[in-house]
Amino acid sequence: MSTPAISSDIWLWLAIAGLGLFHGINPAMGWLFAVALGLNHRSERIVWLSLLPIGLGHALAIALVLFLVLALGLVLDPGLLRPLAAAMLFGWAAWHALYGRRHKVRFGMQVGLGGLFLWSFLMANAHGAGLMLIPAVIPLCLAASPTHALTVGTSLPIAFAALGVHTAAMLATIGIVSIVVYKRVGVGFLRRGWINLDLVWTIALVACGVLLLAI
Amino acid sequence: MATWQPDPSFYPSPRLAAKAPPEQLAYVAAFDPARKSPDSIAVVDLDPSSPSYSSIIGTVAATHAGDEFHHFGWNACSSCLCPNAPHPHIERRYLVVPGLRSSRIYILDTKPDPRRPQIVKVIEPQEIAEKTGYTRPHTVHCGPGGIYVAALGNKDGKAPGGVFVMDHESFEPLGRWEVDRGPQQLAYDAWWHLGFDTMVTSEWGAPETFENGLVPEILLGSKYGRRLHFWDFTKRKHLQTIDFGEEHQLVFELRPAHDPTKPYGFVNCVISLKDLSSSIWTWYRDGDKWAVKKIISIPAEPADPDLLPPVLKGFKAVPPLVTDIDLSMDDRFLYVACWGTGDLQQYDVSDPFNPKLTGKVRIGGIVARASHPGAKNGAKNGKLNGGPQMVEVSRDGRRVYFTNSLYGAIDPQFYPEGIDGWMVKLDAKSDGGVAFDPKFFIDWPKGQRPHQVRLQGGDCSSDSYCYP
Repeated sequence: MSTPAISSDIWLWLAIAGLGLFHGINPAMGWLFAVALGLNHRSERIVWLSLLPIGLGHALAIALVLFLVLALGLVLDPGLLRPLAAAMLFGWAAWHALYGRRHKVRFGMQVGLGGLFLWSFLMANAHGAGLMLIPAVIPLCLAASPTHALTVGTSLPIAFAALGVHTAAMLATIGIVSIVVYKRVGVGFLRRGWINLDLVWTIALVACGVLLLAI
Repeated sequence: MATWQPDPSFYPSPRLAAKAPPEQLAYVAAFDPARKSPDSIAVVDLDPSSPSYSSIIGTVAATHAGDEFHHFGWNACSSCLCPNAPHPHIERRYLVVPGLRSSRIYILDTKPDPRRPQIVKVIEPQEIAEKTGYTRPHTVHCGPGGIYVAALGNKDGKAPGGVFVMDHESFEPLGRWEVDRGPQQLAYDAWWHLGFDTMVTSEWGAPETFENGLVPEILLGSKYGRRLHFWDFTKRKHLQTIDFGEEHQLVFELRPAHDPTKPYGFVNCVISLKDLSSSIWTWYRDGDKWAVKKIISIPAEPADPDLLPPVLKGFKAVPPLVTDIDLSMDDRFLYVACWGTGDLQQYDVSDPFNPKLTGKVRIGGIVARASHPGAKNGAKNGKLNGGPQMVEVSRDGRRVYFTNSLYGAIDPQFYPEGIDGWMVKLDAKSDGGVAFDPKFFIDWPKGQRPHQVRLQGGDCSSDSYCYP
């Protein structure tokens, strides 16, 4: 049922995968934590092992937002959902710009796998990662529905597929980046290479809100 | 404002930090022991090619008198690159300068002109007491999630002392750090092992027991601090106390290994009640607990009572009074300041349980009054007073700076004629051995005494790291 949408809206699916790349590449989303744990334990295995809970925590945060927004879409007037989701994106961007750098140190270098999962979940939520997918997911869900309205039957599979594509891209990214940094590049490159992705992130949140209103 | 790239003075690991370029400036806390004129932060030129090398090129005066500037620190440092709470785009820019006596905290901006820092904010003691419950702020460490300040007294100036946290951008005091302090009452220094989620704190005493000088009855009764406390850094909970025993008094400066994979550190005990010796202890991980071992004992030196201050005459000996230590960035050399005898000793602590003395110089000292090759007046022995005290090591480990005053109320107990301030520098060889830089002797301006030294861009007691 979603097959035609995939072929016609290939760019939307690419955007969802691209966002996985964008989220994954940000050191604050987890690959750097995996590398640090690997370096501190002198173990490549720890790097790989850490990526799983980081990916799962991220996926759960994305899922939560996707299903929440789609659930809202089922009960709200269709004309309201886009402006509401856009407002959430703008609000999150503002919060991120003003307070995004404040976070308590709940998990440290002795973190366990469960702690990493929770850390990743909290970091993705705090960054509004899931909201960024909304401008791509809503049009896909609408296109998949014969009546061009959000329905459970058409939206759920799309949401799950989006979650899968995004998470796969994110996991692949953090896997490649962390292993390249761990084995070849070293963390020294961070001194110049860690550009202000928080700023890019804020801009991305705003851009997603604008897109949502435009399309 | 956030930057586009990380602050160039942030290094992921101590290994990389040791390759940092040589420091050009030092900031030195100086205070007026008479508490009549405002204390200051002096800016010292450390660039050997500069015409003003080895001189004070600027001072920033406090807005009040009587603060007692002592220790201070940066708003942000290399721990901002830690993966769990990253803040890589904040600047190492502000000096956080507490008044140990007044409990006022000054924020100095070093950015527009590092040679002329400016006071941009003054946090009054009432605000700190209200928001954190503490007074007598002492050690300042930049760390994950903010600025950590060890305070020696509660809001009434009594025990318990503890740690509070300040926001590293707004400088707002955020509150007390401890969630569960367990049996901890006395406070002094605080630092951590980021790799082991462990905070360590040490003990001096409640403010009323030292603000008028050391009280002999309290000291001889072993009632000053003698314990280390270990805490869960993320849960902010007390885990373990290690008591050094009745013989040992004043457990002070905490120097954990910079390498986050090494679970050990060094602390100095100022005095043994048994024989007036000073000692260095290694704390280390032993199974699932922390343990300590005495690794260095520096004996008191017999002396003519006529040359001793009243407090020491009966003992006929000068105690080493090791009151500060500092660990090089590569965790290889430990510098030990003997404020009583005048020694500055360098130990190779590559094996943290088998230290080897690799170098020493002597300057000042209660009895020795040893001179410096660069001291004016052709000063012969018998001229310099005070002794090696706050010591700071450059990130590359090649230069060591120190000053000679301990604390306003204690200085005259051991140097009754008062202390004429000075600051000196040692050159350290890469494989051990130290010698005075004959060109570096700062005869401190009269009326003020120098204490802690901070080096521009970071030093060996400012930054902590999450990557080995």
